[in-house]
Amino acid sequence: MSNDSEYAIDVTGLTKSFSDQIAVDHVSLKVRRGEVFGFLGPNGSGKTTTIRMLCGLLSPEDGSGTCLGFDIMRESTEIQKRVGYMTQKFSLYEDLTIEENLLFVCRMYQMDNLKERVAAALSSLGLYDRRKQLAGALSGGWKQRLALVACMIHEPELLLLDEPTAGVDPKARRSFWDEIHEMAAKGITVLVSTHYMDEAERCHRLAYLSNGKLLAQGTGPELIKLSGLHTWRIEGENLTDVQMILSKASAVETMAPFGARIRASGTDEKALEKAVIEAASSPDVAVEKVPPGLEDVFIHFSNSAGVPIQ
Amino acid sequence: MKKFPISLSRILGLVRKEFIQLKRDRLTVAMLLGIPFMQMVLFGFAINSDPKLLSTAVIQADSGPLVRSYLTALENTGYFSFNYHLDRVEDVEELFLEGKILFAITIPEDFERALIRGERPEVLIEADATDPVVTARATSAAMQVNFLALNHDLKGPLAHLRPIPPPVELRIHRRYNPENITHYNTIPGLLGIILTMTTVMITAITLARERERGTLENLFAMPVHPFEVMSGKIIPFIMGASFQAFLVLVAARFIFEVPILGDLWLLSLALIIFITVNLSVGFTLSTIATNQLQAMQMGMFFFLPSILLSGFLFPFSGMPKWAQWIGEILPLTHFVRIVKSIFLKSAEFGDIKMHLLNLLIILVITATISLKRYKATLD
Repeated sequence: MSNDSEYAIDVTGLTKSFSDQIAVDHVSLKVRRGEVFGFLGPNGSGKTTTIRMLCGLLSPEDGSGTCLGFDIMRESTEIQKRVGYMTQKFSLYEDLTIEENLLFVCRMYQMDNLKERVAAALSSLGLYDRRKQLAGALSGGWKQRLALVACMIHEPELLLLDEPTAGVDPKARRSFWDEIHEMAAKGITVLVSTHYMDEAERCHRLAYLSNGKLLAQGTGPELIKLSGLHTWRIEGENLTDVQMILSKASAVETMAPFGARIRASGTDEKALEKAVIEAASSPDVAVEKVPPGLEDVFIHFSNSAGVPIQ
Repeated sequence: MKKFPISLSRILGLVRKEFIQLKRDRLTVAMLLGIPFMQMVLFGFAINSDPKLLSTAVIQADSGPLVRSYLTALENTGYFSFNYHLDRVEDVEELFLEGKILFAITIPEDFERALIRGERPEVLIEADATDPVVTARATSAAMQVNFLALNHDLKGPLAHLRPIPPPVELRIHRRYNPENITHYNTIPGLLGIILTMTTVMITAITLARERERGTLENLFAMPVHPFEVMSGKIIPFIMGASFQAFLVLVAARFIFEVPILGDLWLLSLALIIFITVNLSVGFTLSTIATNQLQAMQMGMFFFLPSILLSGFLFPFSGMPKWAQWIGEILPLTHFVRIVKSIFLKSAEFGDIKMHLLNLLIILVITATISLKRYKATLD
């Protein structure tokens, strides 16, 4: 049986390289039971590799720790029985029907009451009437939901979701996240990797990975504070000139134009303020200091990658 | 409709892109260059439809100078290689069943005395006619020799003994296939070819398909043992291939009327082992290939030498040593020998145990490689 330690995932120094290229470099993670933990970072930063090591798909070269109380090096079978893993790419059988896929997954986990279990899953999914349809015929959003149901059918204690909402429309994404929070409320731990900032904001805690290194972990406000970032919002009609000037200012470390609005951020509070006020001297341009958002923070993290902030 | 002019620069752009892709797809390049090369080497050097130096046993009950001269004449045709010199006629049987000889020549006692008396002594050439192509030329060469062999020796007072008719009565005994029916040879071999083609190709694809579609990752994340996955993949194909073999056997027996003289249980045992070996080879290819196309291409590289070097299409004994060595590595070679022996020679377990053992060795090697490779698939 899994023990009742505070953490669902507690690993230190996880390392993995592929042909001399370090994919994951001494990553340490602590994920509490029943929390929704966001895993962020640019493409190729090692998120998928880390998740694969957590569920025993890859064996770490170095590092130690536990997943649901089981040793990740020696007890991967026990971990696999209690973990649901949803791959980035749809990985159910497209040439099996929805029902056949779910039955297959149940059989692999040696579940009992196959028929009832699958029927219940199909009903909750709202796909009971379409159960005889080939999984390959489903649209992207439905495939996503089916994959989620499939990786939950054996009632795992921990869900590892690798970019589950990539390419899914906003409405489907929102209901997907409602489901994630329902599960967390039931005590299931969810580790989810994502690129979407609105999703990051719906996580209890976050970790940011870049070039295989863990740059920061904590709650959203903690990360914002940790970044030491300050942000100014500039609003006005014609901001092209302002943007030109700001892009040359060294105090402005990241800048994001949004049509009639610019967000400029930097770590040097004084210098940033001076640069912004100088650039926006025209009377029809309004400036205001605002709290940095997660997006500003993450762009900042990716720009200053390689320097761990902790 | 608006005219859409063909543009040479666009065509060149496409050609260029195609070359870049081809350069990165090494297996396709290997197919383009490797298959013709393989075919040229195999057809050009390895395959010989007029095989020489066929393994022969001699049972010589007389050893006079005329006997030696007669045997030398036979050897000089180039078709016979006297590998075994036997004292007892009984030993011939075993050598035939094990496939170690294709001919046995028996010179009777008192050959020379009978010859000189003009009694036309009888020389017996027994041929393993399971593959009539191999033995036909050699036997006709022996007939020629029979007319001329002793002309040189029979001179002076003996000159009146010169032909016609020849001084020696040559009897040729075509064993196992007295009527020289070619499909007695091809149908049993075809059983092996069909099984190789389907089993190796299909299993090679199956794991590669899971990898290509990404379903393998999901499978690996579940608490499933590699051995379970391998068994789950192979068992359906053992059943399918067994059914296929059954159909071929029924057709062989009732449509082509090839005699099945040996024990059907022994044949079934050999079939199961052969099918498993092939599936294991296919699974090994499957662990190496990253997608289905690659798996198919690798299957081709395995299939081509299997057809050409197994002794199915072309006589094994006619191939040079290096080609025979390659042939010995291929499961089909051993299976063709087993099946022909059981079909036509009613061979028993003892006669084919070496070939079965060879198949098992190939099985152990490929299964070890595939399980090792399979474990490392995601890492």
